[in-house]
Amino acid sequence: MKGIALLVVAVTGSLLIYVARDLPAWADPHSPASDYRVSKHYITQSIVETSVPNMVTAVLADYRGYDTLFETVVIFTAGIAIFGILRVTRSERSLRRQVHSGLAPPDLVVQTTCRLLVPVIQLFALYVLAHGHHSPGGGFQGGVIFGASLILIALSYDLRDALIRLSESNALRLAAVGVLIYAGIGLACVLLGENYLDYDVLHRILPADPVESRSHSILGVETGVAFTVSAIMFAIYASLSSRGELNGGL
Amino acid sequence: MIWQFNLVLLLLLVVTATIALKVKDLLSASVIFGVYSFMICLLWAEMGAVDVAFTEAAVGTGVSTVVLIATVFCTERRSTD
Amino acid sequence: MEELLLARLNYWTYIILMMIGLYAMIGKRNLIKKLIGMSIFQSAIILFFVSIGVKRDATIPILKHEIVHAYHEGAHTEKGSAEAKSTSSELGPAPSEPAGRHGNGSLPAIDPQQYENPLPHVLMLTAIVVGVSTLGVALAIVQSIYRECGSLEEDIILRRMELRDD
Repeated sequence: MKGIALLVVAVTGSLLIYVARDLPAWADPHSPASDYRVSKHYITQSIVETSVPNMVTAVLADYRGYDTLFETVVIFTAGIAIFGILRVTRSERSLRRQVHSGLAPPDLVVQTTCRLLVPVIQLFALYVLAHGHHSPGGGFQGGVIFGASLILIALSYDLRDALIRLSESNALRLAAVGVLIYAGIGLACVLLGENYLDYDVLHRILPADPVESRSHSILGVETGVAFTVSAIMFAIYASLSSRGELNGGL
Repeated sequence: MIWQFNLVLLLLLVVTATIALKVKDLLSASVIFGVYSFMICLLWAEMGAVDVAFTEAAVGTGVSTVVLIATVFCTERRSTD
Repeated sequence: MEELLLARLNYWTYIILMMIGLYAMIGKRNLIKKLIGMSIFQSAIILFFVSIGVKRDATIPILKHEIVHAYHEGAHTEKGSAEAKSTSSELGPAPSEPAGRHGNGSLPAIDPQQYENPLPHVLMLTAIVVGVSTLGVALAIVQSIYRECGSLEEDIILRRMELRDD
């Protein structure tokens, strides 16, 4: 098997290195990708059309909004799939060996430090979400940091303590609410008479002009993404670290 | 765009990727994979892709490594190759 | 020397990383090593894609504070004409004049050569998060394989599955 692997890797690698001669020089300001009309439009017009200085957030949530909506659905589906693969029903649970929890006795230093750090981490996650218009950040990054704070509770105390704060059914509900917020904003645009996810028309219900209402809708959409991502990151960890039983371990 | 820094980071990337696949202890492999993710995050921050670096630092170095270590603890830790 | 290093060595390193990941996915027997190889392969491809948008002497794709202030004040003073200009610019401007369409000289021009291309960053943000979801589902499948067959090595699993089918 290793011989076949080496042969495939050698053939593919040499073909790719031979083809790499035709690629444009690295970091060339006039490469075809940088001279592309749509990229130039995004760089010069995103502040005029959406009043958001961070071009990446503007393109992610406004110009390519469909992409981000279905990516959120993909994350949600992955969380459901992990629950479905690993779930242990109540009848099977009595037949299996007890998961030997308590691989290490709870340590006072670790617990106190994490108890002091977790509120700060969650506040920082909220800041990253809200400040995504002006600095690197946005919905994904803030959501993952928030989910990581819940994983920190599960690691320093016990998974049961983290599940008391956010049970698995509540996590799935929160994730579904996130997807519904995103799709709901798009639906509100349709109900007001324009295309799906065309944020301009929301200026009729928001107290702002069309350009500002795009900026506010981007924030609303990123909040939906953050809900889903944070809930699913914690759900993935909870399922995988307890082999689906969700009663302890690690 | 400091090309010396770029060169050193690329060399470290190749070295950590090779070592992560060579060690026989799966826990060490997962931790070295976390180091690889962090090197890629630094490379992106140096190239100017700050949003991508932020996401990789949170997702790749944080959640991905923790989830790998959780699986290694729930299955077995030794591997024969 | 610097030109050769900058022009080609980066691409070759990305290809070497992809080949390391591909070799691990095919040639290793342990399931977790295969998954680590899959992750290395994915991150090498994302690295290659993001490196397409790099420009020499360009800054990050976030507009500077002074420019943002100027645009906000300009938008407040001339709301009607700003809307008309933005609808006309969506019809596809000629690429030779990137930012000179504003008519009045008070708004500063944004030079596309000064800022990095934001489009590869956006596409790869999606790719990273989808990659971690795929890794999570793959690890769940690995755990359920371990529950059934008791081992993580490929040949032992195949042997036990054949024994069970008999």
